[in-house]
Amino acid sequence: MSELLDLLSSAPFWVSVLRLATPLILGTLGVLLCERAGVLNLGIEGIMVAGAFTGWLAVYAGWPLWVGVGVAAATGALLGLLHGVLTVTLALSQHVAGLGLTLLATSLASYAYRVSFPRVETPPTVQTFEPMSWLPIPILNAQTPLTLLALLLVPTVAWVLYRTPLGLALRAVGENPAAVEGQGLSVSGLRIGAIVAGSALMGVAGCFLTLAAFNAFFFNMVNGRGWVCVALVVFASWRPGKALFGALLFAFFDALQLRLQQAGAGVLGLELPYQFYLMLPYVMAIVALVVMARRARVPQALMKPYRAGER
Amino acid sequence: MLRFEPRTGTPAALLLGAPLLALLFTLAVSSLLVAWAGAPVGRAYVLLLQGGFGSRFALTETLTRATPLIFTGLAVAVAFRARLFNIGAEGQLYLGALAAVAVGGLHGGEGYALSPWLLAPLMMLAAAGAGALLLLFPALLKRHLAVDEVVTTLLLNFIVLLFVGAMLDGPMKDPTAMGWPQSVAIQESLQLDTLLERSRVHTGLLGALVCALVLWVLLRFTTHGFEIRAVGSGPRAAAFAGMPVGWVTVKVALISGALAGLAGAVEVAGRAGYVTLDMSPGYGYSGIVIAMLAALHPLGVVAAAIFVAGILVGADSMSRAVGVPTYIADVIVATALLSMLVATMWTQYRMSWQWRKSAASNQSSGR
Repeated sequence: MSELLDLLSSAPFWVSVLRLATPLILGTLGVLLCERAGVLNLGIEGIMVAGAFTGWLAVYAGWPLWVGVGVAAATGALLGLLHGVLTVTLALSQHVAGLGLTLLATSLASYAYRVSFPRVETPPTVQTFEPMSWLPIPILNAQTPLTLLALLLVPTVAWVLYRTPLGLALRAVGENPAAVEGQGLSVSGLRIGAIVAGSALMGVAGCFLTLAAFNAFFFNMVNGRGWVCVALVVFASWRPGKALFGALLFAFFDALQLRLQQAGAGVLGLELPYQFYLMLPYVMAIVALVVMARRARVPQALMKPYRAGER
Repeated sequence: MLRFEPRTGTPAALLLGAPLLALLFTLAVSSLLVAWAGAPVGRAYVLLLQGGFGSRFALTETLTRATPLIFTGLAVAVAFRARLFNIGAEGQLYLGALAAVAVGGLHGGEGYALSPWLLAPLMMLAAAGAGALLLLFPALLKRHLAVDEVVTTLLLNFIVLLFVGAMLDGPMKDPTAMGWPQSVAIQESLQLDTLLERSRVHTGLLGALVCALVLWVLLRFTTHGFEIRAVGSGPRAAAFAGMPVGWVTVKVALISGALAGLAGAVEVAGRAGYVTLDMSPGYGYSGIVIAMLAALHPLGVVAAAIFVAGILVGADSMSRAVGVPTYIADVIVATALLSMLVATMWTQYRMSWQWRKSAASNQSSGR
């Protein structure tokens, strides 16, 4: 037990928690924006892969790191626009369009990677973001600027959603689109805008993996993180602050399982195959869903396509 | 904005033309990508079609690849019919494969000493049961606690794959496999027979076709099927008509999970004979694409599975010949799915563009 306490009081542990949480914070905010406007975006897994690839490719081609981040955001926005046209303008099934988008984005990124680098044994690397060692805040100064960006985006998204007319319209379009239409606002415009913005965040979440966490692009690097974000939004009851908490909690279990794996049987006196430790974060995500599902306030028009004049 | 008007009758030209346009669009997109990779576009397509459908060998390989895809496609189709979004066919497939080996495997060198006539059905039953139970859990969570099944089934895929990994390292490890993570093999008498000489097509294909036929009859001609379709097209209306909506969801979950579990058992018994962590290159996820391409029709699933399998097999051989990455197959399948969805929408609804001003005035005059 005391080893566990030592672990929890060590700074490197919390540094890794915050690092693991960063893509989840960005991705969860992205999903949250889409769903608050009433649209499920299961394209996130593929958008993260595409963002990870294009952001990395831009930096590899010699552009500055922040241009890479911008490219990843633009990639996400473009794929989001496609999702918006399919699910809002054409009112296709949001589940299927999202899964199709994930398949399309993942395969396009993998295809583009293979065409650009036909015969590489070891993945080519780039110079990644440096930690912000100039910051006087302990755990945060071991993080890259992308983590700071993610943390700052939480209050920003909350402010936009709850304190601006745009945010009010966006929330309303996820609850009662007919009423928004009645106010003379464009339901499809608001929804597509929210999907584009949210998907841009998902693209940035992806490029964190290639420009900060690692320095190269691997085929399976997103590995279900996108789906976890979809679960975290439910856990967070569609609120940005709780989304931050959920991402940190998930990252805590992810960091914990990594340490438990390294420690082997030492920590809790349990001897388990390493796969069971790897399962822990996914199991916690399901547990969190079950605990929160009853209390969650689902946007009323989520997954309901809106067609003007139809009841 | 775009306005939708349900069509009363679809013109035959549109019914044929819309999917054709979708296919042409897919062809155009993939042509651009093939050209980008520096390969001759026309030759690449010829090679792809030849590799997937153009010879006896190509056709048998395609049918072999289509077998698990028919099972997972059916699993997704029946679930989606009842609006149970089962995205977990991949995990159910792996758990089914593991259960098949648990029953039919050579544990300690020999395995259970039962007649193959008894053991073979038991093995299939175990696989179907494992898949069904795995989907039952999210279905019950959906029914009783309103937990969204999309996320739970997706997350379960990752959990199951890790569990299978642990089993292949531990209790089910093949000690003779030189450290490769693979399970013990199933007893030789349980291997499925070859259906066509000099090919890898096995009797699992017949099983898949029978399942498709049974599912079609079930959905089309029985009260169970009627309930499933009713719940799918409107759960509230179905509940109002006195149908046990929750129970129908559970029933569908059992059928869907069992079919995906069978995919795993048939793949093990018909091909390698053991479980590995890469035995399925995403058959569960492809099942979703296939079910949608087939418009959730069980017999359509067979055709769609053969189409997708042909593209996958053809892309493999085309890739070897002209150096286009095999990922082109996934791009083609994804583009075909999205454009086919749009085409289907077009055949069902008349779409017309109206400027928002007139849309708003229409609405105010209508109410």
